[in-house]
Amino acid sequence: MKRADDFAERRKHIANLSDEELYNRFWDLTAQVVDPLLELGRKNTTPSVERAVLLRMGISSLDTQKIVEGCMDRHLMGHGAGHVVYKVSKDKNISIREAGEALARGEYWDDAVALFKGGK
Amino acid sequence: MADMILKPNEKLDVREILKDIDKYEPRRRGWTWRKPAPGLKMGPFEYKDCSEPLKNSVPLPPAKYFDNIDPQPLPVITTEIASGRFEDDIRRMRMAAWHGADHIMVIRHMGQSHIDGLMEGTPQGIGGVPVTRKQVRAQRKALDIIEDEVGRPINYHSYVSGVAGPDVAVMFAEEGINGAHQDPQYNVLYRDINCVRSFVDACESKKILAWAGILQIDGAHNANATAREAWKVMPELIVQHAINSLFSEKVGIKPENISLSTVPPDATPAPVLYMDLPYAVALRDFCGRYKMRAQQNTKYICSSTREATVTHVLDMLISKLTSADIQSTITPDEGRNVPWHIYNIEACDNAKQTLVGLDGLMDMVELKKDGPLREMAREIKERACLFMEEIVEAGGYFEAVRQGFFVDSAKYPERNGDGIARNPEGGVGYGYIFEREEDYMAPVTAHYGYNNVEQYGGDPENPSALIGGCTFEDRSKIVFIDELDEEDTVNVRLEKVKKYLDGEALKPEVEWCADGTILLTMCIPANTRTAEAAALEIGKKMGLDQCEVISKEVLQDAEGTRIEMKGKVTFDVDPTTLEIPPEPHHLDDATLYKEFQDHPMVVVCGTVGEDEHSVGLREIINIKHGGIEKWGIKVNYLGTSVPVEKLVDAAIELNADAILASTIISHDNIHYKNMKRINDLAVEKGIRDKVIICAGGTQVIPEDARQTGIDEGFGRDSHGIDVATFLAEEAMRRRGELPPREEK
Repeated sequence: MKRADDFAERRKHIANLSDEELYNRFWDLTAQVVDPLLELGRKNTTPSVERAVLLRMGISSLDTQKIVEGCMDRHLMGHGAGHVVYKVSKDKNISIREAGEALARGEYWDDAVALFKGGK
Repeated sequence: MADMILKPNEKLDVREILKDIDKYEPRRRGWTWRKPAPGLKMGPFEYKDCSEPLKNSVPLPPAKYFDNIDPQPLPVITTEIASGRFEDDIRRMRMAAWHGADHIMVIRHMGQSHIDGLMEGTPQGIGGVPVTRKQVRAQRKALDIIEDEVGRPINYHSYVSGVAGPDVAVMFAEEGINGAHQDPQYNVLYRDINCVRSFVDACESKKILAWAGILQIDGAHNANATAREAWKVMPELIVQHAINSLFSEKVGIKPENISLSTVPPDATPAPVLYMDLPYAVALRDFCGRYKMRAQQNTKYICSSTREATVTHVLDMLISKLTSADIQSTITPDEGRNVPWHIYNIEACDNAKQTLVGLDGLMDMVELKKDGPLREMAREIKERACLFMEEIVEAGGYFEAVRQGFFVDSAKYPERNGDGIARNPEGGVGYGYIFEREEDYMAPVTAHYGYNNVEQYGGDPENPSALIGGCTFEDRSKIVFIDELDEEDTVNVRLEKVKKYLDGEALKPEVEWCADGTILLTMCIPANTRTAEAAALEIGKKMGLDQCEVISKEVLQDAEGTRIEMKGKVTFDVDPTTLEIPPEPHHLDDATLYKEFQDHPMVVVCGTVGEDEHSVGLREIINIKHGGIEKWGIKVNYLGTSVPVEKLVDAAIELNADAILASTIISHDNIHYKNMKRINDLAVEKGIRDKVIICAGGTQVIPEDARQTGIDEGFGRDSHGIDVATFLAEEAMRRRGELPPREEK
């Protein structure tokens, strides 16, 4: 978009604000811009968010992407990749790391799908 | 943890750092500020705005006149290091720390932001280092040892961006990183990473940074570096700073750990302070509850390191007139190449020198409360406010990005239509956003957003309790990966330069061990194109490899060009074959007192020729300055502009034992000609055997002075003790108490 400088016109409604009022208006507007972005983060997840969860659960960085791909392929991402590992470890009575390593090798995925009742 | 203790005169061996690296644990989390020391007294001075001094450091060059004091300014000082080989960067970190850097920023390998996941091992990088756990751990471990050596905590900094931001943030939190760049707008605008993905990832990354106490720096300054006419983006810069800062604060980062990367947008010949000072004031008016990391301008940097230095000093004047919690530095050579060792050090010294030089300034001056400064600042703030208003009107951030609101080269609200537009339904990582189900769960600490741990009886305040603690509570759960590729590793690289690391061979370097690069500065009396070709020919004849002219400055179109050229030396120097002259030795006070008591010495001295300089000679003779009078030498000072004949005649008249001539002016070698004349006159008048003849001056080279026939020359940095020692020993030699000097 091309536009000439219409600052003189555009500023009319803020021209008489005090410095403090201008400050408050600026930050109120900023909050309106960022709040929906925060809400997106609250409600959604991504492969990198899930890898970061798996890393904190003690899973090797060489395995995190494989597990996340397994979850994406089976529509399990919405439950959380860490959740999948957690549930498999409980179901098989093995450690989190063992469950992660097994899933990264391609094992237990049918069980995982069944545990989440067929995924989404 | 740091078992290694460095000795100032010993090199830091990276191979030692890498031993047992799998067992290393960082000693702390979080950022550290300098400790203020108001009223600090050092040498003859008192400082208003300095911080606690260092245990070990390299002071500024003129400190030698002031008991080698090295006052440290209050802002944390950043240096950015990016050679592609982290092992060589470690040695640069140590040098930078000794010059006052306590925020060391490691630039990332090009292209890492598009790698989906963590990189591991120690591959070589381009334009920066591949950031991996092993690399981070080794550098943090090295900095632990270096900070013990200099006596001040050093903040270690890297980047949380790209499509693996949250992965990287976890690794940083585990490995004790203290500062990080994190700004989703950077991903969106410059890396074309899908904007929804960027902000969802950023929520998680920032939550992790908050837990680890990592200081966050934003990426807004890139709008300045990218826009065609940088000074016009001021309103947008404030908007970008505000979006990232408030977003971060709402995720949970404390305002004192949110730092704006602010840059004065202009460079001379623009009237920079008149334009950039109102911007700096406006930014601090709006964003004052956050920290300011004052960056220096890179937008207009050229190949002249002198010009870049002046720009950066002007930028720091703005820091001083407003505020800076962190003073970032740009190496003066950034306009010509990836920064070299010596320029990181120059940049640190520039900052230290400028900020110490401006110490206490604001006790004496203040910014005007009205007039153009405040009017221009208000206008910038209004423009920023209107910008934010239009983002809301357009339907929010993503719509604004789609419509190309950002990095438009016009001054808002004017629009040139050349902004960077990104499609919220496109870009790298698009299509990889997944809505969390009702049972979504992540049993870890510092996880952002909806997390149903209650379904398993978990505590929302402590989700990782479900698995007995995650890596943030239990380090033993971290999986350390050493190397993935056998060839592209630090060990292979270190083996190739072993003889240099072991001190068996020496080669100059600018970035990497034994890279061989040197820099030549020359004035070639020809036009630029001829001068460049001549310089390359000179380099070839000198036997240098890969010569490249990296800076050309016109002195006058026809008369001359200043050339700076780099090239590589192709040979090693064997340190065992070097002839290192002995350090000048000094007789002790008792010996000197006794010598001149038992054998009184009368000296005539003066500055010879048409020369009114007197300071140097006075320093040599005056008792107050530790001059030769101190040990009982009787001095007859004849003044300045003394004809050489008069000096020799006075020696005869006063029956002097020695003549001291000061010779500052050196045009046409007049200083050596005068020395020869004194010698010849003394011979002619039959007193040469009786008098000791010495000459000194800033341009005097002792060997060349002796060539004129006199007994000794004293160059720059000579003191009374050097002259007194020589006079005493020469007198002893003439009496036969010492063997004659060995001729070289």
